[in-house]
Amino acid sequence: MSSSVSRPHGLLAEFETPADVMNAAIRCRDAGFTKWDVYTPFPIHGMDDAMGVKKSQVGWFTFVGGVTGFTTGMTMIWFMNKFDYPLVVGGKPLFTPLYAFPVSYELTILLGAFATLFGMLFLNRLPKFYNPLLKVERFKRASDDRFFVCIEATDPKYASEATRQFLADECHAAAIEYVEE
Amino acid sequence: MATAANAAGHGAGKKGSHDPHDAPPVLKVYDPPKELEREPLVLNNRSLGWITDTIAGICEKPMPKWWWPAFIVSVGGMGMMFSLVAYLISTGVGVWGLNQPADWAWDITNFVFWIGIGHAGTLISAVLFLLRQKWRTSINRAAEAMTLFAVACAGIFPVVHTGRVWFALYPGFLFPVPNANGIWPQFRSPLLWDVFAVSTYGTVSLLFWYVGLIPDLATLRDRSKSLLRKLGYGFFALGWTNSNRHWSNYEKAYLIFAGLSTPLVLSVHSIVSFDFAVSQVPGWHTTIFPPYFVAGAIFSGFGMVLTLLIPLRALFSLHDIITTRHIELMCKVILATGSIVGYAYGMEFFIAWYGGSPYELYAFKNRAFGPYWWAYWSMITCNVISPHLFWSRTLRTSPVFVWFVSIVVNIGMWFERFVIIVTSLHRDYLPSSWGYFTPSWVDVFTFVGSFGLFMTLFLLFIRFLPVIAISEVKAVTPQADPHHPLGGATGHH
Repeated sequence: MSSSVSRPHGLLAEFETPADVMNAAIRCRDAGFTKWDVYTPFPIHGMDDAMGVKKSQVGWFTFVGGVTGFTTGMTMIWFMNKFDYPLVVGGKPLFTPLYAFPVSYELTILLGAFATLFGMLFLNRLPKFYNPLLKVERFKRASDDRFFVCIEATDPKYASEATRQFLADECHAAAIEYVEE
Repeated sequence: MATAANAAGHGAGKKGSHDPHDAPPVLKVYDPPKELEREPLVLNNRSLGWITDTIAGICEKPMPKWWWPAFIVSVGGMGMMFSLVAYLISTGVGVWGLNQPADWAWDITNFVFWIGIGHAGTLISAVLFLLRQKWRTSINRAAEAMTLFAVACAGIFPVVHTGRVWFALYPGFLFPVPNANGIWPQFRSPLLWDVFAVSTYGTVSLLFWYVGLIPDLATLRDRSKSLLRKLGYGFFALGWTNSNRHWSNYEKAYLIFAGLSTPLVLSVHSIVSFDFAVSQVPGWHTTIFPPYFVAGAIFSGFGMVLTLLIPLRALFSLHDIITTRHIELMCKVILATGSIVGYAYGMEFFIAWYGGSPYELYAFKNRAFGPYWWAYWSMITCNVISPHLFWSRTLRTSPVFVWFVSIVVNIGMWFERFVIIVTSLHRDYLPSSWGYFTPSWVDVFTFVGSFGLFMTLFLLFIRFLPVIAISEVKAVTPQADPHHPLGGATGHH
C-alpha cells in the first residue's frame, strides 16, 4: 500500500508439532474466528475437520472439463468425418460413437486435467506473488518443519491484545509474531 | 475427537510440553507383534528438517564430480540423435534399413519401447496413490520425471518416420486440420487415436508432475540464498504458502489427477497396441494385445525406474529414503508384471494354434524358429526367465544384482517390440514378398542417441529440481501424524 503507516495483516503463531497445531486449530475454530488459516509443510490428516473447512469443490471443475472434452471429441469427429467432408474409408461407417470413442476418451481426460489444475488454482486464488507472510523470516519454516496459525486482522473477532493472549494461553503457541501488511 | 480431549487436558500446561498427569490412559494399546511390524518408510527416524535438507540440498549444492562428464556424454548422444534426424529428414527414410515388406522396424520399436518405459511413472504416481501405497512417495517424483523424458524420446520416432515431417506437422495428418484438398484426418484409424493418446499422456503427466512439484518449489524458494533462485523457484511456486485451505483443494486436485491418470495410463498402451491389433496382419491381429502391452509397459518401466534410482540412491546417499524395502517392492512389481508378460507369450502361441488360422500359426512358428529366432529367444530369456530370479529374497535385496536385472528387463522389452513388429511383417502372404530387415548405422545411432536425450533431461532434473517429493515423504513419517507420539500426541487416546 502507498500509505506510510503500516497496516496489520494479523498475528502469526508458531507450533512445534502437528498435534500442537491441530489443538490450536480446534481452539480457533471453536472461538469463532473466520479469517484465519493453518500453515503446515505437508497436508495433515484431519486438519480440515479441526479447522471446520468444507469439502473441496475442485471436482466440479473436473466434471465440467471432462464433459466438455468428451462432447468436443464426439462433435469434432462427427463434423469432420460425416458432416463436412464425408469420405468412405475401408467400407466403414461415416460416423459411429465406437470409433470416435478412443479420441473422445482421451479428450475427456485432457480437458478434465486442465480444468482440475486451473480449478484448484482458482479456488486457492493462485498465482499470488505478494503475500505478507512470505516476508516473515520465521515463516520460511512453514515449508520445512514448523507449523503456523495466522489469525488475520480483518477477522471481526480480531483484537490485537486479546488475540495474542488467546494464541499464547489457549493455543500454547511456541512463538507469536505480529505481521504487517 | 481425541485431540480435543488432549487439548482440554493440558490447558494448564506450558506451551509445547505435555503434562503426563493429564488423564489416565483408559485403554492400553499394545504394540503389534514383531513379525507384523512394517519397516518404516524413512529409516533412522529422520526429522522433518533432515528430509528437507537432504533432498533440497541435492539441487542447492554444486553437483558432484561425476555430473559434468555424464552430462557432456549425454549431450553428445543427444546431439548425435538430432544430427541423424536432420540427416534423415534432409535425405529421406532410405537412410534407415527398413523397406518392403518390413516398413516398420526400429522406428516404431523405439517408439513403443520409450512409451512403455513411461508407464511405470504414472503407475507409481497414480495407481499406487489410489491404492494407498505410501511407499510410492519416495520414488514418485523421479519416476514421473522419467515418464516425461521417455515420452519426449518416444514422440520423436513416429514424427520422423513419416519422412516428410512437414506434412505430418502442418497442415498435417497428426492434427485435426484439413489438408490442401479440404479432407480432414480420418478418425477410423488407430494411428490417429494414438496421436491423441500419446499427446494427452504427455500433457497430463506434465500437469500431474507440476502439481506435485508446487509445494516443493515453495520449499526451494524459501531456502534460496540467491535472488535468481528465489525468482526462478518463486515464479513456478505461484505464491504457495502451505496454507491448509490451499492444501484442502490441492489434495482433492491431486486425488482427481490420480483418478484421471489411472484410466489414462491403461488406455495409452492399449491404444498403442491397437496400432497393431486393429490391423489384419497375422501376429498382430490379436485381442490379447491391450492388457499384454500394458503389463509389458509397466514391467519395462519399473526396470528403468530401478536402473535410474539405484545409482541415484547410492550417489546421493539416499538410503534412508529409498530403502531396501522400496527396491524389494519394485522387484515384486517386476515379478508380477513379468509373469503376466510370460503368460501372454504362452497364450499367444496357444491361440495361434487353437484359432485354426494357418497364417497366424505360421507367423508364430516363424517368430520362434524363423530367421529372427535369436531375437525371439533373447526376448524370452530376458523377460520370462530373468524376473523369476526375484522370487529369491537374497537376490531382490541386493542392489547391484537388481540393477543388473533391471537392464536385462529393458533389453528384453526392446526385443519384444522388435519381435512383434519385424517378425510379423518380414514374411508377407506370398513368399515372393519375403525379406529380411537389417538396420542401417543411422538406425542404430539414432536409437543410441535417444538415450542421450533421455539422460540429458534426467541430469538437468537432478540439477534443478528435488528428486524426491519432499512434502509427500514428510507426510508419511510418524512425525507428521498428530496422533503419534513423535507428532506431538500425548498418547492417551
